[in-house]
Amino acid sequence: MTYLAKPKFRHPSLEKNERGFTRRDYEGSISTLCAGCGHDSISAAIIQACFELNIEPHRIAKMSGIGCSSKTPDYFLGQSHGFNSVHGRMPSVLTGANLANKNLIYLGVSGDGDSASIGLGQFVHCVRRGVNMTYITENNGVYGLTKGQFSATADRGSKSKAGGTNTDSPIDLVSMALLAGATFVGRSFSGDKPQLVPLIKAALSHNGPAFIDVISPCVAFNNHAGSTKSFDFVRDHNDAVNRLDFFEGRAEIVTDYEPGTVQDVEQHDGSIIRLHKIADSYDPTNKVATMNYLATHHEKGEVVTGLLYLDPNPKDMHQLLRTVDVPLNRLGVKELCPGAKALDTINDEYR
Amino acid sequence: MPKPLEATNDFVVKFANTNGSGSASANELFARAILRMGVPIAVRNIFPSNIQGLPTWYEVRVSGEGWIGRRGGVDFVVAMNGQTWDKDVKELEPGGYLLYDSTKPMPQSKFRPDINVIGVPLTEMANSRYDIPRDRQLLKNMIYIGAVGALLGMDHEEMVKLVGEQYAGKDRLIKPNVEALGLGRDYVLEHLKGKCGLSVKRSDKVGDRIFVAGNDAAALGAVYGGATVAAWYPITPSTSVAEAFAAHCKRLRVDPETKKNLYAIIQSEDELSAIGSVIGASWNGARAFTATSGPGISLMQEFLGLAYSAEIPAVIFDIQRGGPSTGMPTRTQQSDLTLCAYSSHGDTKHVMIFPQDPHEAFEFGALSFDLADRLQTPIFVMLDLDIGMNDWLVKPFKWDDAKAYDRGKLVSYEELEAGKEFWRYMDVDGDAICYRTIPGVHPTKGAYFTRGSSRNKYAKYSEEGSDYVENMTRLLRKFETAKKYVPGPVIRQAKQPTRHGVIYFGSTSAAMDEGLDALEKQGIHIDTLRVRAFPFADSVIDFINAHDQVFVVEQNRDAQMRALLVNEGAIDPARFISILHYDGTPITARFITKEIAERLKAFGKPARTKVAS
Ligand SMILES: Cc1ncc(C[n+]2csc(CCOP(=O)(O)OP(=O)(O)O)c2C)c(N)n1
Ligand code: SF4
Ligand SMILES: [Mg+2]
Repeated sequence: MTYLAKPKFRHPSLEKNERGFTRRDYEGSISTLCAGCGHDSISAAIIQACFELNIEPHRIAKMSGIGCSSKTPDYFLGQSHGFNSVHGRMPSVLTGANLANKNLIYLGVSGDGDSASIGLGQFVHCVRRGVNMTYITENNGVYGLTKGQFSATADRGSKSKAGGTNTDSPIDLVSMALLAGATFVGRSFSGDKPQLVPLIKAALSHNGPAFIDVISPCVAFNNHAGSTKSFDFVRDHNDAVNRLDFFEGRAEIVTDYEPGTVQDVEQHDGSIIRLHKIADSYDPTNKVATMNYLATHHEKGEVVTGLLYLDPNPKDMHQLLRTVDVPLNRLGVKELCPGAKALDTINDEYR
Repeated sequence: MPKPLEATNDFVVKFANTNGSGSASANELFARAILRMGVPIAVRNIFPSNIQGLPTWYEVRVSGEGWIGRRGGVDFVVAMNGQTWDKDVKELEPGGYLLYDSTKPMPQSKFRPDINVIGVPLTEMANSRYDIPRDRQLLKNMIYIGAVGALLGMDHEEMVKLVGEQYAGKDRLIKPNVEALGLGRDYVLEHLKGKCGLSVKRSDKVGDRIFVAGNDAAALGAVYGGATVAAWYPITPSTSVAEAFAAHCKRLRVDPETKKNLYAIIQSEDELSAIGSVIGASWNGARAFTATSGPGISLMQEFLGLAYSAEIPAVIFDIQRGGPSTGMPTRTQQSDLTLCAYSSHGDTKHVMIFPQDPHEAFEFGALSFDLADRLQTPIFVMLDLDIGMNDWLVKPFKWDDAKAYDRGKLVSYEELEAGKEFWRYMDVDGDAICYRTIPGVHPTKGAYFTRGSSRNKYAKYSEEGSDYVENMTRLLRKFETAKKYVPGPVIRQAKQPTRHGVIYFGSTSAAMDEGLDALEKQGIHIDTLRVRAFPFADSVIDFINAHDQVFVVEQNRDAQMRALLVNEGAIDPARFISILHYDGTPITARFITKEIAERLKAFGKPARTKVAS
């Protein structure tokens, strides 16, 4: 395949955001995924979220592993540096990148095979280190790129397109992320942009490990009857605990909701997440209750979506490591090299 | 009975202990006291992969002439471990000395008729003086040190001073330790005077040299070389690189005002993660490294291929140990050469540099970051347990403050702003090294997509065969370019013209120097070449071609360096004679001398034949 440059004509009416960027400025190369693939909708949601957040594209580093899902960073944010690494190991690469420069926004995109199968260890460890990032899994229950084998998130009893039945119990990445200490945990559906876009915006503004599991049907290999990751199944079993609006700190918030139906959570950077409660008494700042809720509803065969957990005051890896304010990649010989005189002293100590 | 050995400042003392008995610090104190007397030493710690109760040896080579490799053979053994008694006794040179704990009588059959046995009732002395069992054990070590020191006529005061330094801050430990040293000395002066023909005599041969382990030196090199990110997973014998880096950083890399760290260290969950983070950090413009050993490199293979292919700098300190599999975790080898040289699936070649001792471990440790940035590829710093975990007496570390870091071909914000054209994989300068940008460099220019899959020179995904081939041949040319930057070989011409050459590298050098000197004294002249890097400089190949027969001395079974030479230099394998030492102990001068002399004899050619001119 040769590379096809995307025609970059600009329609004068293309809306600009506060920074003067149009949605086009957040797009990437033309997707080579199957028509109708859930992953493309997630790319569109990422583009929308970044546009609405007025992020300068070069402030984002997008990282991924290997898989159809992991290809997508090529298809959005063409003006951002991207890194399509190796299968299941994006978390460690992202961790290293983040160590080098604490000032960029790190967006990790992965698949269920990439994060729950081959890369489960890296996923969990990256989260438990408190890496400041937005980590999205595009979860279709199968390995799309290798043509439809079950992944570790496939539900027990779910049917493959080829007719087999999955006998292993599933790994729930949301529960994993909670256990490992993610301070922002959400789940959504690639077909639910109104829920997904604010969730991504809130995650990008979160100052710690933010994880979003997005059910993203694979139209080629896992969208049939008997699959628990198909469009129809997710629509029928979606248990949204809340919907949300995201406001940046300075935005004026107009209240037009009945008292008791909304909950405002202020994040570290002053941004506000407004939750419209759907499930009664669901409190996303209560981790234990969240885990209970997830377990109970999973038993019932429901897919719980929404902002599931939030710690509004997280500590990120750099705080824990006490690194200097200047990004490490900006330091030069002057700051880093102790010099010849110090070496004389050191030599003496070895005598 | 052969004559008791007699020597001044030229002998080998070996302490046989069990690990966990606290002998290590006592033995080290003994060694340092000799250094303080101005007499060069070479020490080797041979220890088990275990925490307590298995045999451990500490060998102290006393060498007025300044040889810092292992000589081979033992002249004086302090036999404190019943488990290894027979082996320790057997190893002793005829006429050598055996010091043992004579508290319990030993049957005569346990000794050899041709050695000198020196009994000191160590346990009895310790038990009658100290009440607490742990004290008895620890101070018994000091008693034998005091005794050995007196037998060798050492300056007792140097040992006393060292105790003071060692326990500075824990002052209540000084008195009992000094006292125990005295007990040992007094026993010898009273009962064993004149029993030992070996002695240490004050000298001035140490000079300004320093006594340091290679891992410590390499870590300091990383600090000087500007490393800010380290990601690692514990594995012997590399762990002390990361630990030393942390210790040096704590001291040298904390902002005095804010008290914040100018570095970040991650203890990763495994080696895959460690190298992944190094690659991520380097991609993002920081200088980053990992330290590991063979099993870790095995795990890193896929990532190393990514770094090679996507051209991302990375520094890997490989502290080699005995392989394969778990192998001999606490023994030394040079057996990761082919693993590192061709790491990953597919066609790859990686840069390796070979420090010969801790001095070069520091120098190359710092240099490796310049090389990684310049060449945009992984750099392996090939240490081994012998260099890494033993203290070596070496030239002091040097640093030139005028030296700036070579960050390689980075395109800056200003250059992009001024309209400089940037294509990530375009060979603009003809040296096969392309330009790169650091993420976030410029709001609208310079971004590119990094991937392990094939791409064209514009960094766009491509499955076009011609794009792939263009890229792979450029990577080969880049490997050629690397020759210009890596440390060149050290070549030494024999005093007389010769058809024979010897190639060696890394920790073999110290024993090699002494071996060559010994051969020369036997009238055997050989030109030498010390390899310091892979890819090999052209002069390495020229050297081989200039000799009929070339010995390659290395510490592995499969002659891995020879294989690289044959392969990369397209050289007839018959020209090489391999001298291999791979039992896990560091190679000795005597081994090298004997092997080379015997092989030459076997040729039936007089080694001294002059080349017909
Ligand atoms: C080490 C390694 N093993 C296997 C593969 C083959 N492989 C490529 S993608 C993939 C699975 C991807 O599944 P997932 O992460 O769910 O992505 P999806 O394609 O479903 O979006 C596999 C097994 C690989 N690239 N690398
Ligand atoms: S195979 Fe499935 S996951 Fe991959 S692109 Fe097609 S629909 Fe998407
Ligand atoms: Mg998948």
